Amino acid sequence: MPVYSEKVMQHFMSPHNVGEIADADGVGEVGNPVCGDMMTFYIKVKDNRIEDVKYKTFGCGAAIAVSSMVSDLVKGKTLEEALTVTPAMVAKELEGLPKNKMHCSNLGAQALHKAIRNYAINNKIDIPGLTDKEEPEEDEHACET
Amino acid sequence: MDNVAASPLLPEVREAMLPYLGEIFGNPQSLHDWGDGAREAVEGAREQVAALIGGAPEEVTFTSSGTEANNMAIKGIARARADRGKHIVVSAIEHFSVLNSTRTLQKEGFEVSLAPVDSNGTVDPAEVAGLVRPDTVLVSVMHASGEVGTVQPIAEIAARLPKDGPLFHTDAVASAGNIAVNVKELGLHALSLAGNQFNGPRGSAALWVRRGVRILPLLDGGIQEGGRRPGTEDVPAIAGLGKAAEIARRDLDGRMKKLSGLRDMLIDGVLSKVEHSSLTGHPVNRLPGYASFCLRFIEGEAILMLLNSHGIAAASGSACTSRALKASHVLLAMGINHELAQGSMLFTLGPDNNEEDVNYVLEKLPQVVDRLRQMSPLYSKYLKEQKG
Repeated sequence: MPVYSEKVMQHFMSPHNVGEIADADGVGEVGNPVCGDMMTFYIKVKDNRIEDVKYKTFGCGAAIAVSSMVSDLVKGKTLEEALTVTPAMVAKELEGLPKNKMHCSNLGAQALHKAIRNYAINNKIDIPGLTDKEEPEEDEHACET
Repeated sequence: MDNVAASPLLPEVREAMLPYLGEIFGNPQSLHDWGDGAREAVEGAREQVAALIGGAPEEVTFTSSGTEANNMAIKGIARARADRGKHIVVSAIEHFSVLNSTRTLQKEGFEVSLAPVDSNGTVDPAEVAGLVRPDTVLVSVMHASGEVGTVQPIAEIAARLPKDGPLFHTDAVASAGNIAVNVKELGLHALSLAGNQFNGPRGSAALWVRRGVRILPLLDGGIQEGGRRPGTEDVPAIAGLGKAAEIARRDLDGRMKKLSGLRDMLIDGVLSKVEHSSLTGHPVNRLPGYASFCLRFIEGEAILMLLNSHGIAAASGSACTSRALKASHVLLAMGINHELAQGSMLFTLGPDNNEEDVNYVLEKLPQVVDRLRQMSPLYSKYLKEQKG
């Protein structure tokens, strides 16, 4: 087995907030079938807060644990607070990730940011640094680190 | 059910090794009684290994691993024949110890042609023969794949190679000790095998080279192993390899029958109980203990972790399970796409496994697969497409 922290194993064995939101306000999908991790995040927003968050993930243990942790970190937070969630923060909350799995934490944060961007654009809300920029291109070789 | 990674040492093998970890600690090269005991063990093992593959004892060189034996065969034979030509043919699904050896040779001016495989992982003998040129000095095609279990038509390939043309090596690490291997019937010049693939010790392996074939050593040193493989002999490992070879030969038929039966039970069970599952490798020409699959919409490492939580050990060729994060080159060469390769699984059965184990896997695997599919965006997309 890969050397995962206890926290990663907990989230992997019983991931929180798994699922889809049929009438989601924002959806963010990131994926890279070559290195094999794909995530779709769904958010429900009320009064600028992430009222509910769910996701579906295809990937390794780290990818699943990262998705679960990201959902925990942003649930109930304002959009601005949620946007401060970085891959490093996710990895830290998971008590670290193996070096060759760090890209999984990028994917989690990316998918969430994408869902927020999708919500903002749908509702014509300007979020500086997010909606005024082109969607960042996915790093096709993120897995080859 | 991961015997390809590590097979348990047979108690008889362990017993055969113990004296050489204890009282018989001598160096086989020494000219005294302590050396004699060690030398007898090494030469006895050489006879046992030769008998397993139908070769002569003096044609067997002990090495530290299958990887070393493959390196020695590819580099040692190609380099010794460089004056005749600098072209090599190998299959696309060789083990990295063969593929990367050919890469090293490319830096020395050799050209390498890769023989493709079909969707079952089988090399076409006619294609191999078609790649052979007047300057081809070596052809190497593995006897059986350690990833999908497909057994290659080695004798047919040998029959198609031009006489006085290239020499023919096979990596029999996955097959030797598990199916019948006879160097004469297969028409070989060199063959690699490893003890840990048939319940011998790790660190025990051998390269068989037909009498008269020149091969350059990888290491410079003294006269051990006829100068082909210098370095003080690992007597306990060699003694263990010899014993494992003797047992493998003795028990081959019964073991093949038992493992093929369990394998077919596992294959039939997985294919019928797990939706969207497919067998990888050849449906008939496959190693007795090998059951390998692709399970759609989910990823191998996650499957392995959940199986492990149920006490089941298996393997996968998914990108996420490899340290290099690359999907198995064997599966990709068979035309399996990256997404499907992510859900690849390999169960390798050994003499310790029984029907109860197979039934347990058949109970747990569908649950694990279902659980991961419930959270897979690929699966929900598929379901929506089916509905729409």
